[in-house]
Amino acid sequence: MPAWSTWSSMAELAVLSGGTARPPARRANWVPYALLAPGLLWLAIFFVAPMVTLLSQSLQEGSVEAGYTFTGNWQIYVDALQKYWPQLLRSVGYSAAATLGALVLAYPLAYYIAQKAGRWKGLMLVLVVAPFFTSFLIRTLAWRTILSDTGAVAGLARSTGLTDVLQAVALTGNDSLLSSKFAVIAGLTYNFLPFMILPLYASLDRLDRRLVEAAGDLYATPWQGFRHVTWPLSLPGVVAGTLLTFIPATGDFINSRLLGNTQTVMIGQVIDSQFLRVLDYPLAAALSFILLVLILVLVSTYVRRAGTEELV
Amino acid sequence: MAQHGPGDLELIGLTKSFDDFTAVEPMDLTIPQGSFFALLGPSGCGKTTTLRMVAGLEQPTAGQILIGDTDITNTRPHQRNVNTVFQSYALFPHMSVMDNVQFGLRRRGDKDAKRKAQEALDLVELGHAGRRKPNQLSGGMQQRVALARALVNRPDVLLLDEPLGALDLKLRRQMQIELKRIQQEVGLTFIHVTHDQEEAMTMADSIAVMNAGRMEQLGDPAALYENPSSTFVANFLGQSNLLAAHITGTAGDGRLTADVHGHEVLVDAGRVPAGLRDVWLGVRPEKLALGEGNGVNELKGTVSDASFSGVATQYLVRMPWGMDLTVVQQNDGSARARLGDAVTLSWDPGHEFVLDSAQDEDAGVEHVVVDG
Repeated sequence: MPAWSTWSSMAELAVLSGGTARPPARRANWVPYALLAPGLLWLAIFFVAPMVTLLSQSLQEGSVEAGYTFTGNWQIYVDALQKYWPQLLRSVGYSAAATLGALVLAYPLAYYIAQKAGRWKGLMLVLVVAPFFTSFLIRTLAWRTILSDTGAVAGLARSTGLTDVLQAVALTGNDSLLSSKFAVIAGLTYNFLPFMILPLYASLDRLDRRLVEAAGDLYATPWQGFRHVTWPLSLPGVVAGTLLTFIPATGDFINSRLLGNTQTVMIGQVIDSQFLRVLDYPLAAALSFILLVLILVLVSTYVRRAGTEELV
Repeated sequence: MAQHGPGDLELIGLTKSFDDFTAVEPMDLTIPQGSFFALLGPSGCGKTTTLRMVAGLEQPTAGQILIGDTDITNTRPHQRNVNTVFQSYALFPHMSVMDNVQFGLRRRGDKDAKRKAQEALDLVELGHAGRRKPNQLSGGMQQRVALARALVNRPDVLLLDEPLGALDLKLRRQMQIELKRIQQEVGLTFIHVTHDQEEAMTMADSIAVMNAGRMEQLGDPAALYENPSSTFVANFLGQSNLLAAHITGTAGDGRLTADVHGHEVLVDAGRVPAGLRDVWLGVRPEKLALGEGNGVNELKGTVSDASFSGVATQYLVRMPWGMDLTVVQQNDGSARARLGDAVTLSWDPGHEFVLDSAQDEDAGVEHVVVDG
């Protein structure tokens, strides 16, 4: 062990034990690694290994019948991008819209639960999580019934002119709600809403109400108090919630299949059918990797922009 | 209130009740502009609730709050020219010290916010710390930032909610002097809520002692100490020896005679409320002298405890009727008594205060001695 690391671990120990310098406890050095080991092992087996397999799969050529051989040909990535860039872009767009929608719906709700619900807090949190007791698929299928042309929601949307508005902004193609961009985005919003609410709740629950009082005392109107104190202090929750919503929503294939049409196909749907129906494994693997990298780039840019590290 | 200044804070019948209890009984109070005023009382006496009503953070059940001639009772906190230094400081953790101090000025669109904020930081001797975040500062520094953040707005009234409660003793003493200096420098009305009687006495021009939602007594520190109007005030502000006494007659020279457990003592007539016969005769420990006086007001007892603290020695002297009197003897070179010594205590007539014996002698005693 080089000298500097001995010194730094000594310093850490000194800090941990309240500033009294003690000789470094050799015995304790392996404990952090022992604690990390099970998690690292899990990640190695179930994340790193499949990723490597996936990457190598994308660089193979052949067919299911004839078997695959590794060629290391990166051309497949160019082909995949050329062929499926609209679905990729669309996935990002829908997911971003759903994330924004979920944020707008979740923030007031989370705020209410955290700050005003009092003894109903527990019950309301259970209700937020309650949809998880049924399967994702069933919930999405239920939305087909909810949005069906003969249903009450569609009727209400028609009578209030909402369908006209949706058509005007090209979220729907005709005066039905189902099988449209609108339905897909609404489905995504609904399905990932709890992932937005819970981190927001955690953040807002920790918010010291005395800070909001102090803002009011310092001449901030309630709105200014929100903008300058509540909102910035809840940003860690906003960032966590938007990530937890945006990332899975981008790769989702259930909502676009069940609630959309041929013009709303998302990239998850493409990967799904390439893997399981077309059986073009290399293309499917390449698309998976492209999606992974795309999300990584978008997310890291976003997190850097949000600058949450300053908040902690 | 017939006459009041243009910036006086006036509370008229101010009341706050919650579901099942009354936090503040109807209270009338005028706090003159530019004074350092303390609301003193034990926890739960309603002092913080009173403060929060003035700040607008709590809506009164009844009554009015006026600054000068303006009724602010029904205005929102941000509409009041009143600022608070919170007990928890409530500094915005995501903003720099500078942004914290500028916050109020910015909300009012002050073009000169930066310069004024810098001045306020200089005033509390933190001019160099503007770029730091609150959590990078010590407790005492955070306290000063909170003060600067409120002061910089030059409010009509500055409210301080136990602002020194979280500081250690030495720092607290230092900040008391600082606060007083700053108040005199800026000339704003300070209302200081505290449960620390020493803090209130050293800092405030006048003190309102509160107990159980009521204002017990109002006055300047010396008047409250020398002439408490209730046993609560007598015990809460410093220590008191309360002797059960009975007024027996007049002794001439403006004095009355009183009987204390069979001993005749002289009492200043002006200090006895008219018509009272059965009284508590209160004598502060430092007014009691160890040794014989001028032949009057002498009580004999035995030293049952002595504790030396450098500046003074505090004795407990057991009276024949079983009561311990507290005596403080300055370390002025006079002979010290030892445990078990038979001693004579004396005090000058006029150094006592007299209260109605119907009052509870233990009211306001902060530290109850544990039995055994």
